[in-house]
Amino acid sequence: MDWKRYTFIFLIITVLFGAVVMVGISKSPPILTITSMLATTIAVATPLTLGALSGVFCERAGVVNIGIEGMMLTAAFFGWLGAIYMYHVFGFEKWPSIFTGLIAAILAGALMGLLHAVLSVTYKVDQIIGGTVINILAVGLTGFLNRQLFFGKGSAFGGHIPNSPGNLLNIHVPLTEMFAPICGGSTSCLEIVRAINSVLDQRPIAISAIVLVFVSHYVLFNTRWGLRTRAVGEHPKAADTVGINVVKMRYINVVIGGALAGLAGAYFTIESVPSFEPLLTNGRGFISLAAMIFGNWSPIGSWVASLLFGASQALQINMQIFRDAIPPGWGFLQQAYIVGLIPYILTMLILTGIIGRTIAPAADGTPYEK
Amino acid sequence: MAKFDIVLQAQGITKQFPGVLANDRVDFDLRRGEIHVLLGENGAGKSTLMNVLYGLYKADSGEVTVEGVPLHLNSPRDAIMHGIGMVHQHFMLIPVFTVTENIMLGAETNHRASQSDAPLAKLDRAEVAQKIRDLSHQYRLDVDPDAIVGDLPVGVQQRVEIVKALYRKANILILDEPTAVLTPQEAEELFRIMHDLTREGVSIIFITHKLKEVLAVADRITVMRGGRVVGSAVPKDSDEHKLAAMMVGRDVILTVKKKQAQPKETVLSVNQLNVKDVRGLNAVNGVSFTVRAGEVLGIAGVQGNGQTELAEALTGLRSIESGQFSLLGADLTGRPPRPITEAGLAHIPEDRQRYGLVLSYSVADNMILCDYYQPRFSKGIVIQQKNVDANAEKLIKDFDVRTPSPFTPAGKLSGGNQQKVIVARELSRPVKLLIASQPTRGLDVGSIEYIHKEIILMRDRGVAVLLISAELDEIMSLSDRIAVMYRGAIITTLDRKAATREGLGLLMAGGQETPA
Repeated sequence: MDWKRYTFIFLIITVLFGAVVMVGISKSPPILTITSMLATTIAVATPLTLGALSGVFCERAGVVNIGIEGMMLTAAFFGWLGAIYMYHVFGFEKWPSIFTGLIAAILAGALMGLLHAVLSVTYKVDQIIGGTVINILAVGLTGFLNRQLFFGKGSAFGGHIPNSPGNLLNIHVPLTEMFAPICGGSTSCLEIVRAINSVLDQRPIAISAIVLVFVSHYVLFNTRWGLRTRAVGEHPKAADTVGINVVKMRYINVVIGGALAGLAGAYFTIESVPSFEPLLTNGRGFISLAAMIFGNWSPIGSWVASLLFGASQALQINMQIFRDAIPPGWGFLQQAYIVGLIPYILTMLILTGIIGRTIAPAADGTPYEK
Repeated sequence: MAKFDIVLQAQGITKQFPGVLANDRVDFDLRRGEIHVLLGENGAGKSTLMNVLYGLYKADSGEVTVEGVPLHLNSPRDAIMHGIGMVHQHFMLIPVFTVTENIMLGAETNHRASQSDAPLAKLDRAEVAQKIRDLSHQYRLDVDPDAIVGDLPVGVQQRVEIVKALYRKANILILDEPTAVLTPQEAEELFRIMHDLTREGVSIIFITHKLKEVLAVADRITVMRGGRVVGSAVPKDSDEHKLAAMMVGRDVILTVKKKQAQPKETVLSVNQLNVKDVRGLNAVNGVSFTVRAGEVLGIAGVQGNGQTELAEALTGLRSIESGQFSLLGADLTGRPPRPITEAGLAHIPEDRQRYGLVLSYSVADNMILCDYYQPRFSKGIVIQQKNVDANAEKLIKDFDVRTPSPFTPAGKLSGGNQQKVIVARELSRPVKLLIASQPTRGLDVGSIEYIHKEIILMRDRGVAVLLISAELDEIMSLSDRIAVMYRGAIITTLDRKAATREGLGLLMAGGQETPA
């Protein structure tokens, strides 16, 4: 079953990449287009990957999390707010402000996770409703605070939005420098190394997302914590009879999930662009939910699925560069929003289960009653 | 070793649930290396007592000591620490995990000398698997550590549960109704294992309500009823009748008393019926028979020989490939369930929780599932709640359903009372034919007695009864004629008087009929 799914993913990714290369061939060499696509794919897949990991931790412990979207949005807002306050109101330097913003985002996500845990574990609220509460709360809270804090009477910022201290920057992996002597005089060798280097030069959250994928996979499937987490999500009563504290396990995993969604939120306002606007997460949380399901509730699977969605988003971004090179018969592709539909169409296709059904943890969504 | 002959002692255990006193000053003790049977009907408080011993429930009062040391039981962890292991009636295994993962869960570092308790410690699957192999060798409990539990037959899953307890160094083993889910062969194997374990010094508490196996395995017997210990016995001075009477609190008729059947006109006639199962394979092959008014036709057979599909076809729940059947002369082949029901069918399905009841509906609503649309219960699209309630109250009284109220969800009732709700719904209508599939599966003695009485009562009122059961005793005591089903075909039909247990057993296994 799994190979079928992965083949499908790679097929679609190849098609997406092929489309850009074909359109752009007259203006830019394929290798440049492909590296640009790859770099964008990895970058834009970051919030999806982290969001999917958030879902994996919650749902493996038996708590459905459809509130990823809301957790991300809240975190994006508070991360940005934290950075601005530190910078403008408390007069800190640029980097401490940005770093504080990052921490604020993760904390905001974790707090939303805690709220979800209280609702669904302690009060046994229907978890779909609990998640919806979080999504609605996030829209209202961020919209309201955004308006009050910046445009309201007596606002510290006097009716306008100040400049943010900036973004996290690319981390340069010194691959080219390392390999230059090995390549010697060969220009083609150097070109390949440069191309790989430009894909690997990513910003810190993007890199940490990939690291977290593998860390999470190890934790879930090879440690005591992971075994117990999965037990609680499959058959909480069985876990209880061998002395595992079901409530505690669920709480901690949902809070971890919230923190991961918080990091995803930080990607938007701390790493990607230095601004916030209402509803900026734009359904990314729900797409990461789809990636998690398509990835069969496993970190690596979710990551690969996130890359698929990332690639379709990268297609849209890269297509804009080659807009005037699109052949006249394909004029509709010049409309960015038509290409922009692809991730959402893929989400629908995947969730219908055409490409093989995945299996959720057995106790996913059911509160535990002794 | 023999310093404490008594390994476990419980004194004055009392446990109150909302509305029920589940355990009332219960005293219980267990000697080293014995099999102590705890006998009682469903709801007698056996499981509650065991859950207290295992730390799942906290007793309101009372004391538990192991080897003379008083225990403070707050969670199963405490019980496990003192060597108490429990195999629950519904297995506490995770189907998607391997045997090794299931056994190590919660005791991941038990095999190590230094019990490092870091949550992110790496799992030593290989080492635990080796430990499991050693244990299964030592106790002759054959399990494959690398198998996925969900792929294993129930009998093997049960062995995994036992190994799981032994892995935690249990020397007191609680088995909660272990034979309820086993085939007779698997049960025999379990008894063998239990004897092996006691020889190794393990003491076993065996909970059951099946009288036959009690006498076969017990060293001592304690009987519970209504939350209290009502007596104890040893097998050699006891018999099924005495135990049943102690368990139910009155004399129980284990074999149904009935008059000679007075068969009249043919009600159900089945002709060359062919039916396929879920996988599309032939399950019923050219079956023909008739059932007359006022007689019970029993269909005997080992489960999975087409009985389920036959019952589903006759009740309109499964499509028929070829052949036909008719009820009182009217051809009903291929009709949906409603016209068949209206023609006079009552159906007690084999899986009462899935097909007999809507568990989340109230008892009252479950009692009108067959005829909610009749003018009695609905006017247009409006349900006549007053009539529904009156109907429920009458049926609850007539059929002695023990329920807190007519509005209680059916899922909250005990198995016996759930079955009574179905029986009340089905038999209170003017029926001509009763199809009862495994009508007493999983029920206690008192409920079985009641259901059997009702079935014979229907027969004497001139209803044709088709009884499908895997319990040979049930077939023998209720039927007037017996048909044996094997691999989808009825291989023979006997008069009850001509049938013997041995002969039927042979036929059910596909053997040839030998003239007695």
